[in-house]
Amino acid sequence: MDTRLTPEQAELQRTARQLARQLGPRAVADLDDAKRRERLAEAVRAAGWLELRQDRGDGGPLASGVEAALIAEALGETVADVAFSGPVLAADLARRAGVSPVPGAGVAFAADLVDPAVVSGPETDAPLVAVDAGAATAYVLVPEGEGHRVETSGPSGGSDLTRALRPIQAGARVQPVDGSPLTRDDLDAWTALGLALTSADLVGLMRGVIDASVAYAGERKQYGVAIGSFQAVQHLLAEAHTRMEGAASAAAYPAWAADALAPDEARAAGRVAKAYAARAARTVCETAVQVHGGIGNTWDCMVHVHLRRALLSSQWFGGDGEMLRQLERTRLGADLGVPHGLS
Amino acid sequence: MDFRDSPEEADFRSRLRAWIAENDPGLPASSTDDEYWARQAEWHTALYDAGFFGLSWPKRFGGRELPPVYDVILDDELAAAGAPPRPSLGYLVQGITTHGSEAIQERFLPGLISGRERWCQGFSEPDAGSDLAALRTTARRDGDDYVLDGHKIWTSYSDVADWCFLLARTDPDVPKHKGLSAFAVPMRQPGIEQYPLRMINGITKEFGQVVFDGARVPAENRIGEPGEGWRIAMTIVAHEREPGEVGYVSRYMKTAKDLEAKVRRDPAAFRSDQREAVAWAFVSAEMLRLHVRRRLSERLDGVDHGPGGSVDKLLMTWTEQALGHAALAVSGAQAVVDGDDVALKIYLYSRAQSVMGGTSQIQKNIIAQRILGLPTG
Repeated sequence: MDTRLTPEQAELQRTARQLARQLGPRAVADLDDAKRRERLAEAVRAAGWLELRQDRGDGGPLASGVEAALIAEALGETVADVAFSGPVLAADLARRAGVSPVPGAGVAFAADLVDPAVVSGPETDAPLVAVDAGAATAYVLVPEGEGHRVETSGPSGGSDLTRALRPIQAGARVQPVDGSPLTRDDLDAWTALGLALTSADLVGLMRGVIDASVAYAGERKQYGVAIGSFQAVQHLLAEAHTRMEGAASAAAYPAWAADALAPDEARAAGRVAKAYAARAARTVCETAVQVHGGIGNTWDCMVHVHLRRALLSSQWFGGDGEMLRQLERTRLGADLGVPHGLS
Repeated sequence: MDFRDSPEEADFRSRLRAWIAENDPGLPASSTDDEYWARQAEWHTALYDAGFFGLSWPKRFGGRELPPVYDVILDDELAAAGAPPRPSLGYLVQGITTHGSEAIQERFLPGLISGRERWCQGFSEPDAGSDLAALRTTARRDGDDYVLDGHKIWTSYSDVADWCFLLARTDPDVPKHKGLSAFAVPMRQPGIEQYPLRMINGITKEFGQVVFDGARVPAENRIGEPGEGWRIAMTIVAHEREPGEVGYVSRYMKTAKDLEAKVRRDPAAFRSDQREAVAWAFVSAEMLRLHVRRRLSERLDGVDHGPGGSVDKLLMTWTEQALGHAALAVSGAQAVVDGDDVALKIYLYSRAQSVMGGTSQIQKNIIAQRILGLPTG
């Protein structure tokens, strides 16, 4: 047992952080800089990071969930506006179905963003959302488990200013893809990876927003002194840092477990991490807004970009409330007649 | 990154599991019952004699020199079996190994680790809590001895201790942090009076007050140099804050599993807020378990006496108090109808965690100033 990063993993972490800091947005206005955005997307593509979960030739992925999570965390830290987790998860799903992924494709989710969309007919029968897709294609599931794909339509939107939410209208055509049916185990392991990546993103963005808040508290003066010298402010930031560290400890486990443990155990690890990280991230981002004071409530201050991204990463695959419901069901036997789907 | 047991770790785990199955003393929880404290010494020596305690400490002092993560396995298996937690004295071992002379280490570590000699820790005083350096107990040199006068409080297990790791003022004429020294004081001598403390959940055997009235300690029992007391105290409290050092994770996991089992027997009998409290307590305990794995893995790079222990202490506190709230929620009216309700005791005991070993407010000061680098006021 040694939960430290290997030297290779530590090197990947350094590279990912460096790239994310270099090309990620530093100010809200940077979000409109299409050239920077394209450079960032190109750098992520060129690094091969979108292919991490593709088939390495024997059915297994090129890299483990740990590597994928390290990158997700680095991108979260700088609220990097580039599709990563969406295409990586789509590629992972395609690998499990034994098909080549459409580059940049995402996965379509039901409207609550908790479970991947299941479509039984030739057309979608309810509005769906492709989360963090880098292209117009999104995969859906069919009841037999065979992978299908749909094309997304309409403009991107959503509250997160850094990642695309592409709506899919009811009635969109579904085109079959060849591939083997996905088993319950496939979906459990895939969901574990989804929980690990969204948790890692939350850990990263907590780290980033705490750094920004600590810097601001050291500069901003009131009563003639830096507000960071006030114990009331110090304690808010100390709590935020502690929540982030706890979330980091919890989130590392499903990233590793997604490939190393039985799928149901990996998914259980993902639920714990996500419950903790989602609850922590909202509090931490709210703290960041508070520490930034009035400015923190203005559009041009970066902290709402973190908060908005946290809201999407929390909701995607389920936030703390959803995770706790799932844990009540799986650990407390509290199946009280509430219908539930894949989760 | 690998959370799996190596073959050696797996072998250790299976031997440990088999031993616990045969030797679990069936003690009640430390947080609710005096019987645990009365029989803790017995549990300590049994665990040690079987080769399952002092895992990462030097062999020449009775340890086993295993990597720190073996304590994770120990906590895992104790929790899984519902056995008592491991004795919490790693922080004293860290203090003595970091600051004690070779002679001090040889004299005291074997008995401390094996449980043959019982220890308590005399730091806090009625007027020196968070402001520990304000302590007033004096150690006055008298020939080959020091003579002790003063009043200590929150002295865990003082009534059964053979030795006290005492912090006392040896030089009243220098700034308060510089005039302190540390000693291994023999507890069975005239000039020491003991007053047990009754805690809010009724426990009487964990904490005591100790009055030193002319008690003596040989100068050779001084740990570190005169005036080194503050540095030694900081090493000890940094480790006292670490859940990896105190081993509370197994207690928390056991409580979480007990609460889950209670709900699982009839889930529909519990409201959603009660179930959610239990689910959150489990999430917190599991987070802490994983956090300890991370910290003890990091120790493979060397032991760190730094401010990170304050982060660990806050996470541990939040976990214990989430468990306390869950216990209270699940117990419902029972906790107020039955004054001896176990959940009530768990809840009341949990309130001390944000005070003992340094209050949460002190931990946040340390994190803000020493980790985040915020300016001091």
